[in-house]
Amino acid sequence: MNMSQTAIEAAPESALTPQPATAFDVERVRADFPILGARPGGKPLIYLDNAASSQMPQQVIDRLVRYQMSQHANIHRAVHTLSEMATAEYEEARRKLARFINAREEREVIFTSGTTESINLAMHGYGRKFIGAGDEIILTTLEHHSNIVPWQMLAEEKGAKIRVAPIDDAGELLIDEYEKLFNEHTKLVGVAHVSNALGTVNPVKQMIAYAHARGVPVLVDGAQAVPHMKVDVQDLDCDFYAFSGHKLCGPTGIGVLYGKAALLERMQPFKGGGDMILSVTFEKTTYNVTPQKFEAGTPPIAAAIGLGAAVDYLSGIGLDAIAAHERALLDYATALLRGMPGVRIIGTAREKAAVLSFALEGVHPHDVGTLLNEDGVAVRTGHHCAQPVMQRFKVPATSRASFAFYNTMAEVDALAAGIRNVQKVFC
Amino acid sequence: MADPKSMYQEVILDHNRKPRNYGTLDHASHHAKGHNPLCGDHLSLALNLDGERITAIAFEGESCAICKASASMMTANVKGKTRQDAETLIQEFRDMATGQLDTGKQAHHLGRLTVFAGVRDLPTRVKCAILPWHTLHAALHSVADTSTESENDPMHAPIGDA
Repeated sequence: MNMSQTAIEAAPESALTPQPATAFDVERVRADFPILGARPGGKPLIYLDNAASSQMPQQVIDRLVRYQMSQHANIHRAVHTLSEMATAEYEEARRKLARFINAREEREVIFTSGTTESINLAMHGYGRKFIGAGDEIILTTLEHHSNIVPWQMLAEEKGAKIRVAPIDDAGELLIDEYEKLFNEHTKLVGVAHVSNALGTVNPVKQMIAYAHARGVPVLVDGAQAVPHMKVDVQDLDCDFYAFSGHKLCGPTGIGVLYGKAALLERMQPFKGGGDMILSVTFEKTTYNVTPQKFEAGTPPIAAAIGLGAAVDYLSGIGLDAIAAHERALLDYATALLRGMPGVRIIGTAREKAAVLSFALEGVHPHDVGTLLNEDGVAVRTGHHCAQPVMQRFKVPATSRASFAFYNTMAEVDALAAGIRNVQKVFC
Repeated sequence: MADPKSMYQEVILDHNRKPRNYGTLDHASHHAKGHNPLCGDHLSLALNLDGERITAIAFEGESCAICKASASMMTANVKGKTRQDAETLIQEFRDMATGQLDTGKQAHHLGRLTVFAGVRDLPTRVKCAILPWHTLHAALHSVADTSTESENDPMHAPIGDA
């Protein structure tokens, strides 16, 4: 795609709307997304729930259709041409994902069903083998439940302990406190690259370096980071990196666990079955090598190939251009909401990505969500599967607008107008 | 489909702003706590049964406007009524909210509680309206804690069964 040089087209936007700082043709990008023309409930869609799931461009939809129409068979199974074709496309998708996150080797990319399964794979494959009684796992207050609960299950099973790095009132991790949690029992760190509830970008590179200096491996939950910024797993030097396809303009049911090859080789399989074995007798089974060791059964082949097309699409636009446009959206939305009486922004970290959580004085978030929906504005309300964050800010729930590169300044204006309408109802 | 904004009409907003029977009861004969773990809404309900009649009732908690107004109007409605009348209202309210009772066509005793009829078109909000009634049911049956997600509860109303 070639859109970096095209000036933004004049849209019917309010006088408040600034020109974005980036030369990014958002209207041309929007034309790639058929759903953005849909009218759920009879109203134009203003989709600000991208942190929950992003939308799919025509290029990815077409790729899924082409696969199902002309390339589908089971992979790694048969000598017939169609199976070889499907296998080649599936492994090509793995190569694309490896390049996308700059993995050293393709075999470091394991396809999973999503971030949750990726973290569970690390827990079962690494945690259950290498973490035992009295060992400690460091997490942060900012974690999504999917990076808390698997480790609690492990801690309960093994008699290990979870320690939690706290955050300040802005939603920034207290790095000094994080560093104080380390001791000779520390066996693993689990940290979100970007908080799904607040948008805080954690200083993961610095955190990883600190952990590595003490011989502790680090798992990064990158579900909210990969759609919004260039991620380089070699530069971060993370040991594991987990993310989902459906937040990345790809299909649901597909995700990735990146792991350093040396770690993956030492891990035990998570699921047993076909494709993850070299030989099976009733006396002994010999496991396959990574990544097949971790991909038992028929994987979501179409979804993996679709995700490959999605990262091609995103790379075509450029993650830097995406980040710049989303930065402009977030800055504009933050400034607008800051100026509105009765609106409290929750999460004001210096480094944030694409997420704006807020509370309206005297209005419960669920009422906010229902009424915004009346104006066609789709936001998420609730605890965002991050109840420890809600407890930290002493709120039962928040309303969350989350942006993607296909959102516009006019949509931010619609959010602000919708909030004013909610306040009118409750005044 | 009804305009969802009709859920936020004046009577509901008024009960949200100034909930009736809000607070606690000393020496309550029956009480229960209701919780919707999906959204965090929770409320405590206490009442006094004198024989078969509800002589006093109070609630408090933290919830959205629909839940709080529903609780407020519920307490105002069942105060002074018999247990049997309250059970009838519980059943009718639940049926209305889940779309099984068309208050425009079928006989009922809901009176002004029909302002909540529109919630049937908001599947994710049905439980907000039902939670207080669910909790009243639990209190009358001496179940101390109840949740919109407890499967074996006779008041369990899965989202989308409307």
